[in-house]
Parts: sequence; C-alpha cells; structure tokens
Amino acid sequence: MKILVTVKQVAALDDEFEMRDDGRDVDEDFFEEDLNEFDHYSVEEALLIKEAAGDDAEVVIVTVGDEDTDDALRTALAKGADRGIRVWDDSLADADGVAIARVLAKVVEREQPDMVFTGAQSSDFGSAVTGMALAGLMGWPHAAVVCALEYSPGDNTATLRRELEGGLEEIMTIRCPAVLSIQLGINEPRYASLRGIKQAKQKPVDELTLDDLGLSADSIAPASRVRRMYAPEKGQAELITGSAAEQASRLAEIIKELRGM
Amino acid sequence: MANLIVIAEQRDGELRETSLESIAALKAIKQADDQLAVAIVAADPQAHAGALSVDGVDEVIAIKATDDFQPDLIEAVIVELAKERKPSVIAVAHGVDAWSFAPAAAVKLDCGLATDVLGLKIEDGELVATRAGYAEKVLVDVDFPGKETVLLTIRTNVFEPAEGSGSPKVTEMDPPEADVATTHEGWKPPADAGGIDIGGAEFILSIGRGVGDESNVEQYLELAESMGATLGCSRPIADNGWLPKARQVGQSGQLAANCKLYIAMGVSGSVQHQWGMKHVDTIVAVNTDPEASIFSIARYGIVGDMFEIAEELENHF
Ligand SMILES: Cc1cc2nc3c(=O)[nH]c(=O)nc-3n(C[C@H](O)[C@H](O)[C@H](O)COP(=O)(O)OP(=O)(O)OC[C@H]3O[C@@H](n4cnc5c(N)ncnc54)[C@H](O)[C@@H]3O)c2cc1C
Ligand SMILES: Cc1cc2nc3c(=O)[nH]c(=O)nc-3n(C[C@H](O)[C@H](O)[C@H](O)COP(=O)(O)OP(=O)(O)OC[C@H]3O[C@@H](n4cnc5c(N)ncnc54)[C@H](O)[C@@H]3O)c2cc1C
Repeated sequence: MKILVTVKQVAALDDEFEMRDDGRDVDEDFFEEDLNEFDHYSVEEALLIKEAAGDDAEVVIVTVGDEDTDDALRTALAKGADRGIRVWDDSLADADGVAIARVLAKVVEREQPDMVFTGAQSSDFGSAVTGMALAGLMGWPHAAVVCALEYSPGDNTATLRRELEGGLEEIMTIRCPAVLSIQLGINEPRYASLRGIKQAKQKPVDELTLDDLGLSADSIAPASRVRRMYAPEKGQAELITGSAAEQASRLAEIIKELRGM
Repeated sequence: MANLIVIAEQRDGELRETSLESIAALKAIKQADDQLAVAIVAADPQAHAGALSVDGVDEVIAIKATDDFQPDLIEAVIVELAKERKPSVIAVAHGVDAWSFAPAAAVKLDCGLATDVLGLKIEDGELVATRAGYAEKVLVDVDFPGKETVLLTIRTNVFEPAEGSGSPKVTEMDPPEADVATTHEGWKPPADAGGIDIGGAEFILSIGRGVGDESNVEQYLELAESMGATLGCSRPIADNGWLPKARQVGQSGQLAANCKLYIAMGVSGSVQHQWGMKHVDTIVAVNTDPEASIFSIARYGIVGDMFEIAEELENHF
C-alpha cells in the first residue's frame, strides 16, 4: 500500500524585490524558498494513515523542480516519509500547473499508488490546478479542499469532508484510488525531529528526467503562458509615519473620530 | 462570431450569486456578434432560468440532473458543451466547487486554463487574463497561444454581478454520461459562534500570523475590549486553536458584513482573507512588510511592529 504526496517548493518575496530582465518573473535573488505550507498538511495526513495502518504502508514524496527543490523534498522526508522522487528538465522552466500535472501523471503511472495527496493550492501562485489536473489526466476520482478524511489502506472508498465557503462542509464518499487536495487545518503537522532530519539525508531520492518518464518536451504543453509580470498599482493607503508612539496616537485619533468617542 | 459559455452553479438547490459575477466578466469582453450562453446543472434547472436571464445573456442551457455536487458530471457537461459549441471562452466562479472540476475539465479538453482570474482584456485580438502571484504581491498577464477554447475561473467579489433583465432562449440539454465517483452524504454546518458576532460588528481589530505565539493573543483581546472593538483573526490563528473559528474573517470563515472600521495587524492580505473584509470603508493595516498586499486595500497604513503599536495604543483607551 502506497500513498504518493506531491510537494512544491514555493517562493516568498523579500520585502523589496525586482523583476527579471525579461519582465516575466521576479528576479530569483529575491526569493525565500520553502516547502508549500499546504504540503505540510498533506504529508502529515499521509503519515497519519501510514502510522495507523502500521504495516508496510509506504509514503512517497514527489516534486517537479531543479536541484534547489531538494530542500522541500528532504523537509518532507525528515518528517517520516519513506522515499522521494524528483523530476527535472530545463524545458520545464515555463511550466504551469497543467504541465506539472502531465509530468506527475507519468510518475503516478509508474508508482501505482493507492492514493495521491496534493496541497489545496500553493502559497505563491495559488492556482489550485495541479492536483485536480493530475486527476483529470489519470481519469481518477478527485476532490479538492479536503478538510477531514477517513481512509484506511486498502479501502475501496474514503469518506471525506470538503470545506466550502462560509465554514460549511460537505460530507462525501469517494471511490479509491483518488486524488485529494488537502486543506490547511485538516491535522496538526509535526515538526521534523533532529533524528528525522539526519535520516532524511540518507533516504533514497530517485532523480528522473523527462526521458526516464517517456515524456518529450512537446508532451508537457502548459495551458497558459506568462506575457508579463508587474507590481500592482499602489493602493490609496495614506501612510502614517513617525515613531510608534506617534503612529499609535494618530491611529487612536482615527478610531475615536470614526467611532464618535 | 464566438460562443461564450458561463457555467452557473447551485448549491443544494440554491443558485450561487457568484454565477452572475462570471456572467459579468464575460459580458465585459463580449463583442457585438458573440453569443453568451449560461449552463446550469440542477434537479430543476428551469427554476434558475429566471435569475440567470440577465442583460447580455442570449441563452440559458438547462441540464436536468441532480442538485448534488458531482465533479465528474460537471466535467462531462463542460466537455460536451465544448465539443458541440466550440466556445472561445468558458467561465465559472473560482469557488471551492470549481477547484474540484475546472482543472480536470481543462485537461480533458486540452484547452487553455487560467484560475482565480481578476481581470480580462483583449490585446491584439488575443485574450489575456490577469491573475495574482507571490501572495498577491505581483500581477501576471497570461495568454493561451494556440488554444481554441480557454477555461477561466473568475475570482469572486471582483466583477459586479450582472443585472438587468434579458430575454434569453432556454434550451434543454440531456446530461451526458458520466462515471460519477463521489456520493453526497450530507452537510456539516459551521460550529456554533458562542456569541461572537463578526458579521454584526461595526469595529473589528483583527490579528494574523504576525502575532507569533498563542501567549501573545490575550493582549489583543484586552486591547479590542478597551477600544470597543470585536477581535477577529486570520485563518492560521483559528487553525492553531488560538482563537475560536467564529472569529475567523474570510472565505471559509465570516464576512464582516456590517464593519465600518477594520484594523488588521500582522495580516498579509491573502485573497481569502480579503474576501471577508475588502469592502470595509476604513481599513487600517499594521504590518512590518511594506509590500504586504493588505496595504493595497487599506485606507491607512502603518509599516511597523504590531506589538509596539498595540502597546502604545493601549495608552489611549
Ligand atoms: C506566472 C507564473 C510564473 C511561474 N514562475 C515560476 C518560477 O519562476 N519558477 C518555477 O519553478 N515555477 C514557476 N512557475 C510554475 C509554478 O510555480 C508551479 O510549479 C505550477 O504552476 C503549479 O501551480 P501552483 O504553484 O499554482 O500550484 P497549485 O496548482 O496551486 O497546486 C499546489 C499543489 O500542487 C502540487 N504541486 C504544484 N507544483 C508542483 C511541483 N512542481 N511538483 C510537485 N507538486 C507540485 C503540490 O501538491 C502543491 O501543494 C510559474 C507559474 C506561473 C503561472
Ligand atoms: C479554500 C481556502 C480558504 C481559506 N479561507 C481563509 C479565511 O477564511 N480567512 C483567512 O484569513 N485565510 C483563509 N485561507 C488561508 C489564506 O490563504 C492565508 O494562508 C491566510 O489568510 C494567511 O494568514 P495571515 O495573513 O495571518 O498569515 P501570513 O500570510 O503568514 O501573514 C502574516 C503577516 O504578518 C506580518 N508580520 C509578521 N510579524 C509582524 C509584526 N511583528 N508586526 C506586524 N506584522 C507582522 C508579515 O509581514 C505578514 O504579512 C484560506 C485558504 C484556502 C485555500
């Protein structure tokens, strides 16, 4: 029994940043990279299922990314996942969620997992595309924004809750294997222990190319192309400057005026 | 002439208001000889035809099936509509339901896809969609080279819902065959609010992840009380159990419907948080990061430490 968890290394921007010369992305010098917040929850959910099953259940982590993204992979391995897969090819530089899903679909075919978990969205682009595109390509059952899950390895169905708008949740059963995108708050992600971090360095990571997966550069066509990236127009915010004491007393004035105090 | 299609949605038999926003988004790019059709899948689709017959809609496509949400069925509907009508654009609201079916439908069609779209324009005859990136700090214009059909999910609360009455023809369509892998089992309503009323509050002090630690939360409860404000929070604070879920502002929490003054401290301004408070007249943002997107919707901004500001503020109340 095997659960495949897809993870993404995301980028947060420094307080100040500049665009790349071609105007289609931010200069990577201004990136602070980390494992996608949502993926902490999907990895945890897989580990919880593995631990409850207690048998030879395996949790495999896959990421599509260059060498730098090994960090995200090792972060997930350090929490207790068994092994990793990293796929990269320079032709993936302009990949969107659909292109990434095309690569992941080949990994799923190869690994034949019983379940696939993805994050509900990434914290940098937040397109919420990759997981459900992967399901569409595989023709697998799928549900997005899963906030509760009852599933044991080998089950033919899982019961889950989808988190909807306004705090409402829908309870549904779903046929397995399935692709589920996991929402924040579904569990309490663990931190990796020091021992885990050490062990992660020794865990096997398969490094694959598109070739290894039988994919050509043409077979990973994206569904969109970036024309340009730019900073949004500055809002109308009036900046309150000065020392903290000065800023607070101006804020207090605003509050008292608006509240008629 | 091009065909434009909006996928309208219902939940438990009730039409989703956001469907009208998606109609508005396509109306904005509709050319004189384009046809705008709105498809609705429901147990009684005709019942929604009236509400969908707004200005600019040429046809309502009624698909009689079930009120249960079945992503496989909606995907089959989208694929069928696309094959029959060869639309240039299909749009649906970027609500949680669409998260399940839009990307899957797009790969089945091998069409263009952009999600959470907040702007649309035509440049040199090409459709260009605008979305945000890097936690709302940048905007990205994307296009769809070589794609005959483009599927878009439209950010909610951006386009004013389409209004005015039109007189579209109503067409019935049989639901296509679909291998449905999910079964609706019921609903779980939000937990009891325990007397906390974000929706009714006129003045909200809201704290985000900048608060850092559970032990720091108490002082903001006290500050809110002394100022006569209701304490709100962003999602991570509720997820951590530092404050009850009833205080969470945003898409999966509460709408600050009656709020006039909203002070956000240590909140970055994610689209889901903004969903609950962007409309408030006076928003004050306190954040150490001058590029935080919360400043883009604020009336007043303080680039600074929420603890220093809170401590000083206490002296005034
Ligand atoms: C405008 C734009 C600019 C981009 N610039 C860059 C760039 O500079 N550098 C770069 O590397 N990529 C870049 N990409 C690609 C992009 O960051 C993603 O890898 C891809 O678009 C997935 O979409 P998402 O981030 O919105 O993830 P979502 O569709 O929101 O999904 C998140 C989930 O999908 C899974 N997932 C997403 N991406 C991967 C992955 N790569 N490997 C494994 N699982 C994954 C994870 O489970 C994750 O939790 C860019 C994309 C766009 C649209
Ligand atoms: C389907 C879905 C629904 C969601 N629903 C909601 C929802 O209802 N509500 C919601 O809030 N989120 C929701 N989210 C989560 C959302 O995407 C963000 O993850 C969340 O809003 C981030 O919260 P935050 O701004 O507090 O944290 P962060 O984004 O981490 O921001 C923290 C901010 O604090 C600032 N900061 C740090 N230290 C200080 C300091 N000392 N003083 C001042 N500033 C400081 C930082 O600069 C940063 O801007 C949802 C997500 C999904 C996928």
